Amino acid sequence: MEYRQHQLDNGLTILAECNPRAYMSAFGFFVKAGSCDETPSIGGVSHFLEHMVYKGTPNRSAEQVNLELDEMGCSSNANARTSEESTIYHAAVLPEFQSQMIHLMSDLMRPSLREVDFETEKKVIIEEIMMYQDQPPYGGHEQIMANFFGEHPLGQSVLGTVDTVSGLSPHQMREYFDSRYSPGNIAFAAAGDVDFEQMVVDLERICGDWQPVEVGRVARRADYHTGFDSLHQPSSQQQYLLQLSPGPSAESPDRYAARVATTILGDDSGSRMYWDFLDPGVAESAGAGSYEYLNNGLVMTYICCSPEMAQENLARLKKLQDQFLDHGITQKELDLAKRKIASHIVLSSERTERRMFSVGAQWLINQPFKQVSEIAEIYDSITLAQVNDVIRKHPPQVNTTLVIGPQADLQPVP
Amino acid sequence: MTVEQEIIQSHQFENGLVLIGQSMPWLESAAFSFQVPAGCRYDPVDQIGVANFVCEMVQRGAGEMDSRQYIERLEQLGVDYSSSASVYGTHYSGASCSAQLHDALTVFADVLRRPHFPAEQMEDGRQVCYQEIAAIADDLPQRTLIELRNRYYGQTDGRDCHGSATSVASIQLDDLQNFYQQNYRPNGMILGVAGKIDWPLLKDHVASLFADWHARPEVIPEASPAEHGTCHLPFDSQQTHIAIAYPGVCYSDPDYYRQAGSVSVLSGGMSSRLFTEVREKRGLCYSVFASNHSVLDRGCVVCYCGTSAERAQESLDVILQQLVNLKLGITADELRRLKVQVRSDLIMQQESCRARAGSLTGDWFHFGRVRTLDECNSRISSLTVEEINRFLQEHPPRQFDLVTLGPHPLEINNDGISSTPTG
Repeated sequence: MEYRQHQLDNGLTILAECNPRAYMSAFGFFVKAGSCDETPSIGGVSHFLEHMVYKGTPNRSAEQVNLELDEMGCSSNANARTSEESTIYHAAVLPEFQSQMIHLMSDLMRPSLREVDFETEKKVIIEEIMMYQDQPPYGGHEQIMANFFGEHPLGQSVLGTVDTVSGLSPHQMREYFDSRYSPGNIAFAAAGDVDFEQMVVDLERICGDWQPVEVGRVARRADYHTGFDSLHQPSSQQQYLLQLSPGPSAESPDRYAARVATTILGDDSGSRMYWDFLDPGVAESAGAGSYEYLNNGLVMTYICCSPEMAQENLARLKKLQDQFLDHGITQKELDLAKRKIASHIVLSSERTERRMFSVGAQWLINQPFKQVSEIAEIYDSITLAQVNDVIRKHPPQVNTTLVIGPQADLQPVP
Repeated sequence: MTVEQEIIQSHQFENGLVLIGQSMPWLESAAFSFQVPAGCRYDPVDQIGVANFVCEMVQRGAGEMDSRQYIERLEQLGVDYSSSASVYGTHYSGASCSAQLHDALTVFADVLRRPHFPAEQMEDGRQVCYQEIAAIADDLPQRTLIELRNRYYGQTDGRDCHGSATSVASIQLDDLQNFYQQNYRPNGMILGVAGKIDWPLLKDHVASLFADWHARPEVIPEASPAEHGTCHLPFDSQQTHIAIAYPGVCYSDPDYYRQAGSVSVLSGGMSSRLFTEVREKRGLCYSVFASNHSVLDRGCVVCYCGTSAERAQESLDVILQQLVNLKLGITADELRRLKVQVRSDLIMQQESCRARAGSLTGDWFHFGRVRTLDECNSRISSLTVEEINRFLQEHPPRQFDLVTLGPHPLEINNDGISSTPTG
């Protein structure tokens, strides 16, 4: 396993974890462009642009793009995702398709954004928004992010709303594209059986003439908002409880200990929430996870339960969090969590696509690359004191809560 | 094709248990997949949900472990595990570093053979079952597809293993124990193991865990008739959820690869017909797909689309037109793309012991043997346009069953759609 990197003169970063024993090659363009880079009037443009990238370039029609992706057999392994701080275009293919895939993906990064495609795809995006409105937690995720982050850009919805997306023009998207898709703001990450020298040659040839522009991003620290809010969803059978509390940011060395703490608190098996909520059957699902952003971080707690049990579960959660803060974790809990994380690291390290995401994700948060073994060592070295310290620094009781479902009169727990 | 030499070994113990192992020495991990012949098709008709309830209860204490010790043991071993009941079987699977494989199997031998069924945890377990039923009710695509399968195959083979709140409420501890006694047995049980394994040691270990378990006869459930036609589930949602089924063949049918080829042309990639016509050209939906669905002796093709209520009829009409048009045949280009796709997917399976363990067990259940990746690839590579088109001539998509969930019902005219060469 060899880590390689290179930067083109225009600023495009090329990264690869080369593993000649892998069966696949995985590639991704990682762009520092997401909903937090949008002004409210263009809400959803990053995600809409992600769709439009597949609609063709001066060299290819939308149909040709789809055909070429299928010609390389990656229908189930080529996709894209947009989040608050990034947009990622990725594909996993047999190594023989490396050059062909790099040519296609690189070309896609300079899309035509044709008006006729724009109007058709707008309908697809609106369908996607409506699909999520029908799905638990019924827009609750967007709502609680807005409640928690307030005016901070992280509070803006990734998908946008039917109104903002309907109002977008190709011109606005082009302006946004020009401001964010500068080569210095993009990395090409690869993993698996890849020929690094050839990759650099190909990328130089296709992307070398992309003109750089000055790209700014100020990831300021958010002023978190706490509180309690309710979203009435009478057609829902279950009640959904969401809660956000602050956590370490993507750059913080505390993030590893925080992930151990979250595993102990809210992993889907064997955690404190598992024993309090899932084992007795008072909830259908219950858990907590850490999410890190530039300069900001959060822990999201999630419970799905019957409406009649929701009020009781809010109290149960509060009690559990109080104990977590007051008494911290035990050595036994720490040992089990570390075992679980170590095993997870081994299993995911065997998947080429996961390695590519790890390479690119580390670049997105401006961190020097760490190998799997280095990350495993960090987790292994975490002490009881570190975890308890991080819990005290980021107490779960400081939070904003949102309840969604048929119960309209739930009350916060004092 | 870059497929490592596939060393797949199998052994049937005297009591009927089948063990299949595939060595993947390039991995550090190993995975296992148990299928116990205790699916919900064996649920008594007034107790639908009992297989799922038993699956929950056997993990609440077994052998020397109480329920907490069971979970802690799996955590100590770093086993990422899951369990679920389906129509034919109840599945227990997991993956871990290979050094922990044998200990993980030992834990599941207790679960499968020596569960406690603690009476004091019965109501907690029942609550878990209620919660699962309510969560499915909020999953509208899932609800629509469950209704479709239920109608298409009829009760027994088409049922959803969760049952209803009423049926789950009626289940007593005795019922769970009776179901367990009858259906948890070595004959009919399959254990697939893949990853970094040592076959002789694995076989000995599995023998020590299961060889002295006595076989019991299978009790064949009675099938109930299917219901065909159209069904609408009124619901106040933004989108209408559309599920369509048409008759197909089952996995073990010699025609299966031909049908799968045709379904792949419908839904196998970004250039596939449904994606192109419904989403790309018309922007009618975000999600549309078709897939093969099979029980042991019958099969069908299932299509799903979620689309805003006012455009739902148009979406349905466009989908049906594409289904009917399949009869006109597929093209050489479409088949070529399908072949690359299959080759790529099969090679990728070599990265995942979990995927392979699941395939070993699934193949044995449907075919009574394991297909190697190389064999699957050869079969697909040898497919011709002519044989797929002949199959489509002989089995043109027709007799569409429809289930919709949303604000308004949709119309389908099973006799009035004729195939037209334009999309």
